[in-house]
Amino acid sequence: MSESVLYTVMILSALGAVAAVILYFVSKKFYVKEDPRIAQVEDVLPATNCGGCGYPGCNAFANAVVEQQDLSSLHCPVGGNDVMKEVADVLGIEAVEKDPYVAVIRCSGSFNNRKKTNQYDGASNCQIAAQLYSGDTACAYGCVGLSDCVDVCDFDAMYMDEVTGLPVVIEDKCTACNACVTECPKDIIELMPVGKKNQRIYVACVNEDPNSIARDICSVACTGCSDCLEQCKFDAIIVENDLAYVDQEKCKQCLKCVDVCEVRSMHSDGVPEEKIDRMRELRLKREAKEKAKREAAAQATSEADDVAVAVSPHDEKVAKIAAAKARAAERKSANTKTTGQEVISNKPKGDQPSEN
Amino acid sequence: MSRMLVVSPSPHVHDKLTVPQVMEGVIIAMIPALAFAVLNFGLGAVYVTLLSVIFCVGIEYAMNRYLFNRKTTVLYDRSAIITGILLAFNVPSNLPWHIILIGAIVAIGLSKMSFGGLGNNPFNPALVARVFLLTSFPVEMTSWPVPTPTLALDGNTGATPLGILKEGARVGDTVPQMMAEMPGWMDFFWGFQGGSLGEMSAFAMLLGLAYMMLRRIISWHIPISMLLTIVVLTGAFWLYDPTQYAHPLFHILTGGVMLGAVFMATDYVTSPFTYRGMIIFGVGIGVITVFIRLFGSYPEGVSFAILVMNAFVPMINKYTKPRRYGSKTHYVKPKVVVEEKVVAS
Amino acid sequence: MNLLSIFNNTKSFEMGGVHPAENKLTADEPIQVLPPPDAAVIHVAQHIGAPATITVTEGQKVRVGDVIANHTGYVSSNIHSSVSGTVENIENLLDTSGFKKTAISIRVEGDEWLPEIDRTPDLISEIKLSSEEIIERIHASGVVGLGGAAFPSHVKLNVPKDKVIDHLLLNGVECEPYLTADHRLMLEKPEELIIGIRVLMKALNVDKAIIGIENNKRDAIQLLTELTEDEEGIGVQALEVKYPQGGEKQLIKAVLGREVPSGGLPADVGVLVQNVGTTLAVYEAVQKNKPLVDRITTLTGVDVTKPGNYLVRIGTPIRDLINASGGVPEHTGKIVSGGPMMGKALPDLLVPIAKATSGILLIPESESRRAEEYNCVRCGKCVEVCPMGLEPYLLMTLSQGHNHDKSEKENVLDCIECGSCAFTCPSNRPLLDWIRLSKNNIRKAKTAKA
Repeated sequence: MSESVLYTVMILSALGAVAAVILYFVSKKFYVKEDPRIAQVEDVLPATNCGGCGYPGCNAFANAVVEQQDLSSLHCPVGGNDVMKEVADVLGIEAVEKDPYVAVIRCSGSFNNRKKTNQYDGASNCQIAAQLYSGDTACAYGCVGLSDCVDVCDFDAMYMDEVTGLPVVIEDKCTACNACVTECPKDIIELMPVGKKNQRIYVACVNEDPNSIARDICSVACTGCSDCLEQCKFDAIIVENDLAYVDQEKCKQCLKCVDVCEVRSMHSDGVPEEKIDRMRELRLKREAKEKAKREAAAQATSEADDVAVAVSPHDEKVAKIAAAKARAAERKSANTKTTGQEVISNKPKGDQPSEN
Repeated sequence: MSRMLVVSPSPHVHDKLTVPQVMEGVIIAMIPALAFAVLNFGLGAVYVTLLSVIFCVGIEYAMNRYLFNRKTTVLYDRSAIITGILLAFNVPSNLPWHIILIGAIVAIGLSKMSFGGLGNNPFNPALVARVFLLTSFPVEMTSWPVPTPTLALDGNTGATPLGILKEGARVGDTVPQMMAEMPGWMDFFWGFQGGSLGEMSAFAMLLGLAYMMLRRIISWHIPISMLLTIVVLTGAFWLYDPTQYAHPLFHILTGGVMLGAVFMATDYVTSPFTYRGMIIFGVGIGVITVFIRLFGSYPEGVSFAILVMNAFVPMINKYTKPRRYGSKTHYVKPKVVVEEKVVAS
Repeated sequence: MNLLSIFNNTKSFEMGGVHPAENKLTADEPIQVLPPPDAAVIHVAQHIGAPATITVTEGQKVRVGDVIANHTGYVSSNIHSSVSGTVENIENLLDTSGFKKTAISIRVEGDEWLPEIDRTPDLISEIKLSSEEIIERIHASGVVGLGGAAFPSHVKLNVPKDKVIDHLLLNGVECEPYLTADHRLMLEKPEELIIGIRVLMKALNVDKAIIGIENNKRDAIQLLTELTEDEEGIGVQALEVKYPQGGEKQLIKAVLGREVPSGGLPADVGVLVQNVGTTLAVYEAVQKNKPLVDRITTLTGVDVTKPGNYLVRIGTPIRDLINASGGVPEHTGKIVSGGPMMGKALPDLLVPIAKATSGILLIPESESRRAEEYNCVRCGKCVEVCPMGLEPYLLMTLSQGHNHDKSEKENVLDCIECGSCAFTCPSNRPLLDWIRLSKNNIRKAKTAKA
């Protein structure tokens, strides 16, 4: 009995020793020399491997950081400036501050605003529905509503609103990793700077149908009426293909465009509704007052002279829009690479793959 | 036409056979075997089967509903019923209820739901449970009641033909001597022999097999390749030494071979996709079964053989991909005589 | 001639296939001529390739046969006016693909045809044109594949110089359930069809042509066998009733035993396949100088009052066609352009008939929704029925995981989208939806790279 125990122990010990020796030599032989800073940088990174930085994972990003020794073109959107600061500290180089971004949904075609015209009954996936046909509403541009963006989000920063049928971004959780932007087959999600006071002004519509059609298919479709263009004093609004677009770099968040938008497709994230309502009230009062004044003046002039009003308010508006459009055209020729135009012109609208 | 049109990708028609119908078909195919079990073991068989089905269905529903928060119905896709019946088929008819419960928990909870439910389990749930019970409760699992065509709950227990064979070989009896102690061929075929609840009657199994093949639920590939392999291998040994090794027919008709071939190995989830893969799978089960029976310490090896081959299924699938259309053109390209042909453009 | 031996000597493709209920309700309905609609909507992209360039303006008068949109580049097709009247407007409208595309709306006034079109029923059997002239005429007449793919025929007939065609196959299989347009065509215009085959044989310079017909159309097989008895080089082959027997690759395999290599064309194995409808259009274009302005279409469905086969003008809204056959049945849930296996469901009734619309199928509401989906039970039925030897379950899983590179390695691009896998799946899984997504994404990535 004791003998067999002894043998067992001896044999196992011997085996263990042999294995240890082999392991020792193998690990020496196949040792991969790696810059220790890569591991250090990786420790700092959020380890989500989301690909938001443009690299396939955190390790690849760390490699790139250590290799380039320059943070001007490298940024981890998930970690944000804090993490990038730590990365800079590890490498002893200067950190580059980047504005935080957040995803916004540029569609307000909720169940109420945009009536269904048929029932989709295929696999529950936006891309599959989008490649099949123009959609279960008459709008061929807007949200499909089958939650591809929510499914792809690694950070639980999105959910589908069951009342509206549209995705909602939870700003605090959104890391601007770009996953939903690339996933959306209709290109309605866009990354925007979080903005001053956490406010963003943007057009929550991507419909490029002409005015007459867009109005019928969705009650909040941007019809390209150019009212906002007329109001904007900062040249921040571009109207192209019957669709307005707000240039975030130029927008000063004066909210005049939001106030004036009659279909309410101009959105203001982070601005309390009451404020807009108050603005609208004030404007309406002001306009009523002006109108009364003009009428009184017109009456006075008509009494004096039958030739009457020189410039009607409508003509005035047309002239203003023309001026604003000219300004926009000028700006376009001067600077064709503004972010906004890039987004608009990159959209592959109208040439979705057709199934034959 | 007041309502909106439905738009969906093609195809717009569907074959009639759907999962619940497949499952119901399998259940119908098991009815003859169940009837024979009741005939053989009386109320005990009914009791065990009912308990097992109730436990399995209940556990599946509870896990779906409360653990995974899925919207589901009690019967859902009917697969838990099959697992329940199969589990009952694999145990003796006098098994106490708490062991059945443990079996059901292992079958549904451990071996099916923990992998994600129907379709995701690598191993046949009923067999995992059987093997689990066999190793955990060896005594209860091998005290088979002697078949009595009465409706008695309790009965004497006795050994199975395979058990007699293994035991006899250990003490040095020859096969013909042992065969004398056992029932005749026809009893084997009809199912008047000792064993687990549902595995005795080859006849009932064949009925089930015929029904499932008629309804195109399963193809012949797995059962036939498995049975043939067993016949060929045991036949070779029997020809070599009939005193040492039993007749191939004996191997086919006793133990769990028929049950395994018809209901266990043909489980969609745990068998290969292609016909070629199915044949490899069936042959593998046959070989392992024969080797366990003839040279292993257990009298019966079908369960182990199927479980072992289950593990090989992903690999079989990988190496038995269907032949792609166009991988061979069957066309000899003629030599092109380049003649200047004006192309209209 | 022993007819029985023809029917018994059937051939078929080998791999996979399914047997959906045939439901050929309109097999005995003669072709009726549908009068021109009040307003026609003619899309400029009714074919594979570049959309045609519009040559008319709003307010312009057109006659039947006038070119209203010219081909853009070589892989494109002319679009002719199918009605006479005034061009009302040019705007984006829904077509049978389910997307809004540029279309010309024409208000119909009378029915005035171009004078050079021969509208007499006389047979013209003498082929005067040379091979090149035939292809040129086909090109000018806007003939595209009428079987469903709508590939411009002149491109197909213009075989690359390094390929030798030894067989012309005529596709009269019509394996889609419900559809009978090709069946009626073969029964009612067999002489024209045979001259069309001769025209194609001359254009291609081949001396062997085989008409493949599924064995559920015995009258057509019998008629064409009798008529081709004296025709040298033209034969008829009865084929087993199995879907997708009429797939180009399956037909080649069935009739000649050859397999088109992955990513290749039938010309790679010396074959060219044309649909019988296309062949008739070729006859009319070449012999009668008639551009492709109408086609034979089946309107069918279990609840339709008067299902039938109609000769309709391209651009007729499907509503007009449905009204001609008794209106939309009350409980219609889905309207499909094409057959039930590969057709496209239409979102509304104003979509016009396109060149490739082989049928309109009205499905009752009770059958128009998909059944509850279950987990994959790994039964392998999709692998068993795939006529291309693919593994649909695997391709779907890969597609769901965005793993399109891997599915390309698993030959996903070979998929002919016949729908057999999704048809047969007992778990009702949307296999083809996901496979199509994979195919589209791979193609998109390829065009982006190029």
